[in-house]
Amino acid sequence: MKDDNAHKNILIPEVGLRVKALESLLAEKGAIDPASLDLIIETFEKQMGPKNGAKVIAKAWMDPDYKTWLLKDGTAAIKTLGYIGVQGENMVVIENTPSVHNVVVCTLCSCYPWPTLGLPPIWFKSAPYRARVVIEPRAVLKEFGLDVPDDVEVRVWDSTAELRYLVMPMRPAGTEGFTEEQLAALVTRDSMIGTGVALAA
Amino acid sequence: MNGIHDLGGKHGMGPVVVEANEPYFHEEWEGRMLAMMIACFAAGIYNVDRFRHPIEKMDPRHYLLSSYYEKWLCTVEQNCIDAGIVTREEVDACHQQLMKEKLQ
Repeated sequence: MKDDNAHKNILIPEVGLRVKALESLLAEKGAIDPASLDLIIETFEKQMGPKNGAKVIAKAWMDPDYKTWLLKDGTAAIKTLGYIGVQGENMVVIENTPSVHNVVVCTLCSCYPWPTLGLPPIWFKSAPYRARVVIEPRAVLKEFGLDVPDDVEVRVWDSTAELRYLVMPMRPAGTEGFTEEQLAALVTRDSMIGTGVALAA
Repeated sequence: MNGIHDLGGKHGMGPVVVEANEPYFHEEWEGRMLAMMIACFAAGIYNVDRFRHPIEKMDPRHYLLSSYYEKWLCTVEQNCIDAGIVTREEVDACHQQLMKEKLQ
C-alpha cells in the first residue's frame, strides 16, 4: 500500500532549498561559480538531446563506410560529429537486425550517453525498469508497445560507469530516397535505447 | 557493494511508468543540482567512484523513494563534507534558515 505520508518522513524536506543552501555555501567558499552553473544548464537545454544521436544514426544509414566505422569504433566515429564529452567517453554502438533486437539499461544507477541522447528520462533511472528489463525484457518492451517476435533474439546491454551503449535501429522501409535530415527525423530517443523502433516513413 | 542500488533482476518493483513529453527538469532546483554535480566534478572534488559510493550507501528506503536529483544532492553534499569544504552543520543551518524564510 502506498502511503504518501510515510514518503515524506524519508525524503529530504524542501529538497530544493537544501540544494540552494549547498550551492550558496559552495559559492561563498569559492568552490564553485554560480555563473558557470547557468552555463552548464543552458548547454544541456540547448545543445544536448536525442537529436544528436539521431544524426549519428541517419549518417550511418546513408553512408556504409561510416556505419562500419561506427560499429567498430563508436567513440571515434561519434567524435567526428562533435558529440563527445562527459558520460560519452567510451561509446559502443549495437546494431538491430531482423534477427536481433538490442535494449540498453543501467541496472546499478543511471549511466546514459549524454552527448548523444541528453539526460535520461525518469523511467530509465527508475527501479522497475532497471530491475525488470534484465529478466523479462520482452514483457517490458511490450509495455512500451514493442512486441518482439519470438524468433527475434533480445539482447540486453548493461551500461557501466565507463562505457555507454547506443542502439542503431533498423532503417525503416520505403526511405530509399530520403535525405539524411529526413532520416534523422525518424530516429527517436527510445529507438536508440531499444525500447522503441524508428518511426515508419 | 551489494546494496539496494544493485537492482537488476529484483522482483516486486511494479510496472515501468513512462511520462509523456517529459521535460528535462520538473523543478528549477533539479537543473541547479545537475550543474552543481558537474561543476564539483570538474573542480576535482570527487571522481566517478567517490561520487557513486554515498548513493550506494543511502538508506534503502530513501534510495527507492527519492528522485535521482535528490540522490545527487546526497552524494555531492557528502563529498563536499568529506573534502572539508563545508560541514553538515553549515548545510543544516542554511537549509533551516531558507525554510524559515519561506514560511514568512
